[in-house]
Amino acid sequence: MITASYHSIETMGLVDGPGIRTVFFLQGCSLRCNYCHNPDTQHFMGTKRLSIEEVVEKAKRYKSYYDASGGGVTFSGGEALVQGEFVALAFEALKAEGIHTCLDTSGYGASKYYSAVLKHTDHVLLDVKHVTDKAHEALTGKPLKGLRHFIESLKESDCKITVRHVMIPKETDAYDVMDRLLEIIEPVVSRVDKIEILPYHKSGVEKYEAMNLPYVFASVPEMDPERAQLFEAYVNQHLKRMQMASPSQKAV
Amino acid sequence: MQTNRIDVREFIQDHYTPYYGDASFLVGKSKKTSEVWSKAEKLIEKEIEAGIIGIETRVFSGIDAFDAGYLDVENEVVLGFQTDEPLKRIMNPYGGFRMLEASLDAYDVEIDTEMAENFKKQRKTHNDGVFDAYTSNMKTARSVGLLTGLPDAYGRGRIIGDYRRIVLYGTKALIEFKKSDLKDLENLPANSETIRKREELSMQVKALKQMEKMAQSYNYDLSHPAENARQAIQHFYFGYLAAVKENNGAAMSLGRNTAFLDIYIEKDIRLGVLTEAEAQELIDQLVIKLRMVRHLRTPDYNTLFAGDPTWVTESIGGMGEDGRPLVTKTAYRFLHTLTNLTPAPEPNMTVLWSKDLPENFKRYCAQMSIETGAIQYENDDLMRPIYGDDYGIACCVSPMRIGKDMQFFGARANLVKALLYGINGGQDEMKKDHEGLPIKVIDSIEPMNLDQLEYEAVWANFKKVMRELAGLYVNTMNTIHYMHDHYAYESGQMALHDSSVHRYMAFGVAGLSIVADSLSAIRYAKVRPIRDENGIAVSYTVEGDYPKFGNDDDRVDHLAVEVLEFFSSELKKHETYRQAEHSLSVLTITSNVVYGKKTGATPDGRKSGAPFAPGANPMHGRDDNGALASLNSVAKLPFENVCQDGISNTFSIVPSALGRTETDRRTNLVGLLDGYFNQKAFHLNVNVLSRARLLDAMENPSKYPTLTIRVSGYAVHFNRLTREQKLEVIQRTFHERV
Repeated sequence: MITASYHSIETMGLVDGPGIRTVFFLQGCSLRCNYCHNPDTQHFMGTKRLSIEEVVEKAKRYKSYYDASGGGVTFSGGEALVQGEFVALAFEALKAEGIHTCLDTSGYGASKYYSAVLKHTDHVLLDVKHVTDKAHEALTGKPLKGLRHFIESLKESDCKITVRHVMIPKETDAYDVMDRLLEIIEPVVSRVDKIEILPYHKSGVEKYEAMNLPYVFASVPEMDPERAQLFEAYVNQHLKRMQMASPSQKAV
Repeated sequence: MQTNRIDVREFIQDHYTPYYGDASFLVGKSKKTSEVWSKAEKLIEKEIEAGIIGIETRVFSGIDAFDAGYLDVENEVVLGFQTDEPLKRIMNPYGGFRMLEASLDAYDVEIDTEMAENFKKQRKTHNDGVFDAYTSNMKTARSVGLLTGLPDAYGRGRIIGDYRRIVLYGTKALIEFKKSDLKDLENLPANSETIRKREELSMQVKALKQMEKMAQSYNYDLSHPAENARQAIQHFYFGYLAAVKENNGAAMSLGRNTAFLDIYIEKDIRLGVLTEAEAQELIDQLVIKLRMVRHLRTPDYNTLFAGDPTWVTESIGGMGEDGRPLVTKTAYRFLHTLTNLTPAPEPNMTVLWSKDLPENFKRYCAQMSIETGAIQYENDDLMRPIYGDDYGIACCVSPMRIGKDMQFFGARANLVKALLYGINGGQDEMKKDHEGLPIKVIDSIEPMNLDQLEYEAVWANFKKVMRELAGLYVNTMNTIHYMHDHYAYESGQMALHDSSVHRYMAFGVAGLSIVADSLSAIRYAKVRPIRDENGIAVSYTVEGDYPKFGNDDDRVDHLAVEVLEFFSSELKKHETYRQAEHSLSVLTITSNVVYGKKTGATPDGRKSGAPFAPGANPMHGRDDNGALASLNSVAKLPFENVCQDGISNTFSIVPSALGRTETDRRTNLVGLLDGYFNQKAFHLNVNVLSRARLLDAMENPSKYPTLTIRVSGYAVHFNRLTREQKLEVIQRTFHERV
């Protein structure tokens, strides 16, 4: 019986995809983002295991909330795609129960399961960390290649996509960064419902202290939320333009 | 015509206009309202600083005992205060004179000695009566805090007069109906119940006449039905005002009035004699009056129920039996007072939630919850099949058919203590007698001497205690309400009920989540008691983990259900005064802090004196699987036929966790309420705020003059809580995500 290593379960996630969602945080991530809010979910030595049956049994208990709000289940992490086989089977089982599925990912996982996962995924929250190879690698430890590869798989699927970007002051708060971001998601742009610009904040810092990890971003100030909103408006405006300009692709 | 032929519901169903639109028709407050409200606010601020504005010491409570009072006679469109000055409080001696004296002492106010002595010599009170008839067991259970908050020294409250009857029929016709009912009793043999009924009906007739007289002091005629919206609101308010002049019950609730009043308002608007601005002005000014209702309380009472609550509970919305929503424009206008007049705890806005409510209304309620934190929600789909579509909520969570049901309020039994008595041979774990020895409260319970607590044995003893407690509780309540009827009968409110009223006897429990967690700890972990020199377990060591209530884990959630079902069935074995129907609530209000103080350490690891969770809430911080798991645990507690007097749950969520945008937040809150109530949950208080904000408000109260939070069944200005209560609120689980 296949099981997944998981970090925790949040029965009520309201900012993790559409509606009210139960979020399964899987353990382990191959990225090492400097500002990661959940560094305790990065390593691969988790002890808690979860079976497909447990996922379905748990989710069914909250179906009343999903139905009322257009919600469902979200797999997050860590990086859920690292345990791609489990996610694919779990989503298949959830879909069989009529439960909406959402994948929260940065696009770095076990690529051989991408198409199997996406086949049973209704919605993807696609986290774009940075927009150039060099910068992406400096921030996360990996070049952009992996993300581009995942986007290619995503192109073959028909799930809805919400793009997310954590905006870092003096790093990604620039209009050319927004333009490059649009370029990166161009292959799937017709299915993107919106781009969310999340202002970088420091609320994960205590975890670093507790885990005795250095917090590389200690000197980086928090992003001004109002300024982030300006970029969000800009990038969504351009998203709409791109979608109108490519009528051959089906609209969302 | 008799009172049982009165049919306010039919009038509503025949004439009201459901509203499906959004809130865009609403208007701001009028110039007159601004004037009145700014004067009222200043007076309220002064009261908060001084503790009290004044006490009327020349006369005792009574419907027509006071001269007319005004705040700003040129701008008031709804008239009437409890006494001749706004916020001046009434002395009500009928519940108990000692309580009155303690209140006067606390505020350093003197009453005319002759008046006081005369009253004491000539008039027996409810409190005197109760203590003449209490048994020694009842007194012990009361003094150790096993039975708490009993209404044996002040008005019992939780009775809702059908104030709409005055609007629809006028007092003259109501008097005739009551007289007709009285006449019907003439041919019956004069046994004690018939004699009592005749006496009560005569008192009701007198009360209706007193209402007329009271209205006349404002040059207003209450004898005829209201002819327009202005009169409807004024008639209605005078009916309620009579109730709060005559009585000082903890909860003096309003009923369910918005659809009814809307009929008059919409008619006038249709006729072109009333504008939207004027309609809103009437509702705003009615609400100002309701916010200025006061009762004279002791400081002790305020530590139980913080912030001077009066539970002017108004039930809003819900669905009709024919499938049309009972949502009208006036439901919006009523909620809109939270915007026009700044958020405030009173009136206690209670939305009767149904999955079938218009989407627009659901979204508006969610928006107002997020903006003001002043709304509570109760499940109409659960109550309507039992009570029909003309019921209302008294106090926090107690449903009753308006004008047809009343209840004998019974506060609550401390079930945590009951569990500890099962472990300690029926002896109290805290209170000692004058020789310093433990007090035995429940007889014939074998003490448990084992080194480790054994689940089966604890359950068996706990059940024995509950069995004994149930009998003691019912008999105590019978005594209280017998005496209340005799010495402090609510003739004005009962005049606005059918003469053949149905009565509930509303019992209650406190500390449910601690009881469930303690039983679970004993069952799934190793719990060892540490005993004092008298053999009383004064603390416990818990080894290992155990399932905790609030995580949607049936192993412990079913323990909570089993306790409620057992206690309810035991209560029902005992005959009640006036054949009242037994009901039960899981509700603490803010008294969870005081109950905790009086209760020793518990097998779940809770320390002696630590607060209980409020109502049916899981213990603070133990619900660590997220909000839905916590809500699901509470939703399992049975309402129908078990906890039919309500199950209170208070829920706090950080704004950023509720959704990224305002629209998301609104949509998510609507989905949350729909999801929760679809699985037969009963009640939810919703707070959308952060712990940081409360901490800041604690340090800088002047920055947050109107910060309103829902505690357990009512709302309160945060600044008016005691420091201990503030800390307890801050410790509660806030659902948040980073």
